[in-house]
Amino acid sequence: MSLLDVRDLSVVFQRRGERPFTAVDKVSFSVEPGQTVGLVGESGCGKSVTSLAIMGLLPKRGNRVSGEVLFEGADLLKLRPDDMRDRRGRDIGMIFQDPLSSLNPVVPIGLQVAEVLERHRGMNRKAALKEARELLDAVGIPDPMRRLKEYPHQISGGMRQRALIAIALACKPRLLIADEPTTALDVTIQAQILTLLKQLVDETGTALIMITHDLGVVAGLCDTVNVLYGGKVVERAARHELFGRPRHPYTHGLLSSVPRLDSPRGERLHAIPGSVADNIPWVEGCAFAPRCGNVVDACLEGTPPLEPTATGGDLRCNNPVSEEVAVP
Amino acid sequence: MLRVIVRRLLQLAVTLIALSALIFVWLRNLPGGPVEALLGERATPERRALLIKALGYDQPILVQYAKFMQRVVTGDFGNSIRTGDPVSEVIGRAFPATIELAVVAMIIAIGLGVPLGYLAARHHGRLLDNLSIAGTLLGISIPIFFLGYLLKDVFTQNIHWFPPSGRISTGLDNTNVTGFFVLDGLLTREFDATADALWHLILPAFTLATIPLAVIVRITRASVLDVLNEDYVRTAEAKGLRHRVIRGRHILRNALLPVVTTIGLQTGALLSGAVLTEKVYNWGGLGTLITDSISGGRDYPVLQALILLAALVFVVVNLLVDLSYAFIDPRVRVR
Amino acid sequence: MSDPMTRPGVTSPRDGSGLPASDLSAGDRPGVEEKPEGVTRDLGRLGDRKKARLDELARATADKGGVSLVRDAFRRLRRNPVAIVGASIVGIFILVAIFAPLLAPHDPAQRFDELTKNLTVDNIPGASSEFPLGSDPLGRDFLSRLIYGSRQTLFVGVVATLIGLGLGVLIGALAGAFGGWVDNILMRFTDVMLALPALLLAISLVAMASRSSQWTVIFAVAVVNVPIFARLLRGSMLAQRESDHVLAARALGVKGRSIVLRHMLPNAMTAVIVQATLTLSTAILEAASLSFLGLGDPDINRAEWGLMLGVDGQRYFEVRPELAYYPAIAIIVVALGFTLLGEAMREALDPKNRR
Repeated sequence: MSLLDVRDLSVVFQRRGERPFTAVDKVSFSVEPGQTVGLVGESGCGKSVTSLAIMGLLPKRGNRVSGEVLFEGADLLKLRPDDMRDRRGRDIGMIFQDPLSSLNPVVPIGLQVAEVLERHRGMNRKAALKEARELLDAVGIPDPMRRLKEYPHQISGGMRQRALIAIALACKPRLLIADEPTTALDVTIQAQILTLLKQLVDETGTALIMITHDLGVVAGLCDTVNVLYGGKVVERAARHELFGRPRHPYTHGLLSSVPRLDSPRGERLHAIPGSVADNIPWVEGCAFAPRCGNVVDACLEGTPPLEPTATGGDLRCNNPVSEEVAVP
Repeated sequence: MLRVIVRRLLQLAVTLIALSALIFVWLRNLPGGPVEALLGERATPERRALLIKALGYDQPILVQYAKFMQRVVTGDFGNSIRTGDPVSEVIGRAFPATIELAVVAMIIAIGLGVPLGYLAARHHGRLLDNLSIAGTLLGISIPIFFLGYLLKDVFTQNIHWFPPSGRISTGLDNTNVTGFFVLDGLLTREFDATADALWHLILPAFTLATIPLAVIVRITRASVLDVLNEDYVRTAEAKGLRHRVIRGRHILRNALLPVVTTIGLQTGALLSGAVLTEKVYNWGGLGTLITDSISGGRDYPVLQALILLAALVFVVVNLLVDLSYAFIDPRVRVR
Repeated sequence: MSDPMTRPGVTSPRDGSGLPASDLSAGDRPGVEEKPEGVTRDLGRLGDRKKARLDELARATADKGGVSLVRDAFRRLRRNPVAIVGASIVGIFILVAIFAPLLAPHDPAQRFDELTKNLTVDNIPGASSEFPLGSDPLGRDFLSRLIYGSRQTLFVGVVATLIGLGLGVLIGALAGAFGGWVDNILMRFTDVMLALPALLLAISLVAMASRSSQWTVIFAVAVVNVPIFARLLRGSMLAQRESDHVLAARALGVKGRSIVLRHMLPNAMTAVIVQATLTLSTAILEAASLSFLGLGDPDINRAEWGLMLGVDGQRYFEVRPELAYYPAIAIIVVALGFTLLGEAMREALDPKNRR
């Protein structure tokens, strides 16, 4: 049994007086214990909404969630809110993009770590703070004793993200969801945080869902990668398959737009024309068609199905990039 | 921290000195001149000359100002024209009544306003929210003296729940220690007096609380709505914390910061409102004193003291509010 | 009574003043502009159906960039039911004031024998077919006085607001344009005024005059609002001094005076206009409060709602509460109307709500 099995997860935002908007469209993927899975796509492709739906953190009103989110066999979407509350932070931890705004500005760091322990492990304040100190130490925050009493604005961005990681991992969850954990950080700090995440995940055996638009992050971390476009999975492959032989034109485009050290000097980077905002609803064809270089007439006639590939992945494309074409 | 306090105290002093200078100029430029204002139009020339000498109006203007300031600082505002009593005594008698009323009104406004504002925000766009918006709009659009009469009519004439006016029932022999009747009752263990004073307080305090209540609901609602969208609230939810903890530690502790500032500013509304409320309920505090000092011939010595006192209260309360920030918002402490 | 709505706005002028229009229109436009071209090129060989749709999309996005802040705000205002209710109330109020002579059945100052003959201290004649709302304490037609009252009420509110706005804008503009010590002195001055509770300031001003008149009331209510407008305008202008479009104008060598007059002042005025709408409501309430305290207009022929409520309404509340109810309801509805309209305008102009 998979640790997490997401089946046909859909999220439709419906505001009064506006047309419903399908942010996540029948997304399915699974995460094995200890595995690291990437959800990759441009902003607006539904990757963050997917993670919030798994956590049960979408606003109570204005959206409709359907499908199944099986965590160790139990459907999280069917849990009572209080039962889900018991699981959040204990079974599933989550870290967010902006470490400054994700920490409460008027509560000391120590208490923000300790309160999870108090909640899920029944510790008293003193024991929780003692444990919090060790957790801060474990995520590489120097002088943790002093940091306990400090406030988020008093420490650096990298330290804040480390503190958030300490919070998410405090109760040794079996699954960690990281939503763009390095986007708001300096490049030098990004590498440190990724290394730390990888090390912690390896040590504790925690499974990780890595949500990012940055293929560089995926390359160093993930076992399996799901590429999302317009709320649908368009390609799924093992890491080395995806980087070696991207089949979907979108994936191909994403990889071509990453600068490489080994590309010839003077060669221009490829950009995918347009943006996610240009996509069309999946019902009227392939959402990527307006931006796609490989587009054929069939692409405007209904949604292409997600079909298994020979290499064990899945692909949703009428006219994939041929396997021989290497990434430029 | 100390530097901030000193700077704010200096600012406060400058404001009050400027205000007293304005009052000095104001008194010198009263219609018909200050002497006529004090004695009336039909005073004899001898009496005039006597008063001019007594008040020092024959001296250079700067000397006069220096003397005026000296008296202001020592709290000596002369005698009331109306009663002949020293102004400080007249004001001292009325002061506790107004403070008691204002404090109870503020307790009502905060005690109801914060929970209502929070609930409205949590029910954003639904019935409770819309009702609270309608209520606050009505609260700030209704002349509060009219509301006072309305409440009085309903609760003292139609159903006799509350006494129509005054601070305490006649015939109740309560001991006067501080002038705060509720407090006096507790101090002297005359609990019937405390109960009676509170009973008299309820209607006027609710009337006076109307506007601060409406404003506090509005600000709390807006502030909670802002905070609900903050990432750290989502983090708190992602931690699986209990509702109680998220509400108290993560939402309200942040959302109440702007509310605290508002509470300071509402002191002004309370002092303004007290003038109206006290007239409706015949309360006998500073507000009544102001009204009487104007309508029964202008009692300028009392008026100038009242104006300075009101400004002092407002400025000091707001200073305290600002300083309290240093203790509730860690981001201020460092600066 | 002006404290509730206005004072919170004063301490945080950023509330209303964070609206420099050109900051917004300059936003992330370039990206939008590029799209249509890149998209249509790729689409050359695709069916016409698709192309038409994308052209539409491009036009929609390009259109959005051209809409100015004020036009955009106005468009949103027209769709907002709160604004419509507020504007309707204000509109009806102004129409009644204009056409009062046509609407009122009688002369508001005339005392009728039919009414005075039944008039005693504890009996004021009620409704009859000739006098639908009965008599006032002096035997005049109450309905006519109510209708004519809209004129005086509008007059007091508008004139007091305009005087307060004029003085406040002058002080605020000077402070905001010059900054430095000019700013410092002017703002200390407004601090002193703000240190006094609104009604107390108004009372002291009325007390300055030997006897009160309609103009002492108007002046007192006006002065109370001066520091509020001054602070608001100054805050908005200071914020703009640092903004890109003013820096750009300065870099282009535009003269200081014309930067202030052509660029900073017009942008700051949107916030001031919103505040003025809200002030109209508090001005009417404040005038009523002064009347209630016996500091109002002593002219017994004048029909003004605040006066009717504050003087007769209070005095004869036990005898005939309608004398208080009708002017009170009129004041509440009109104050509500201005407040709703002002709040809706503020919301519409708030960049946060721009979509």
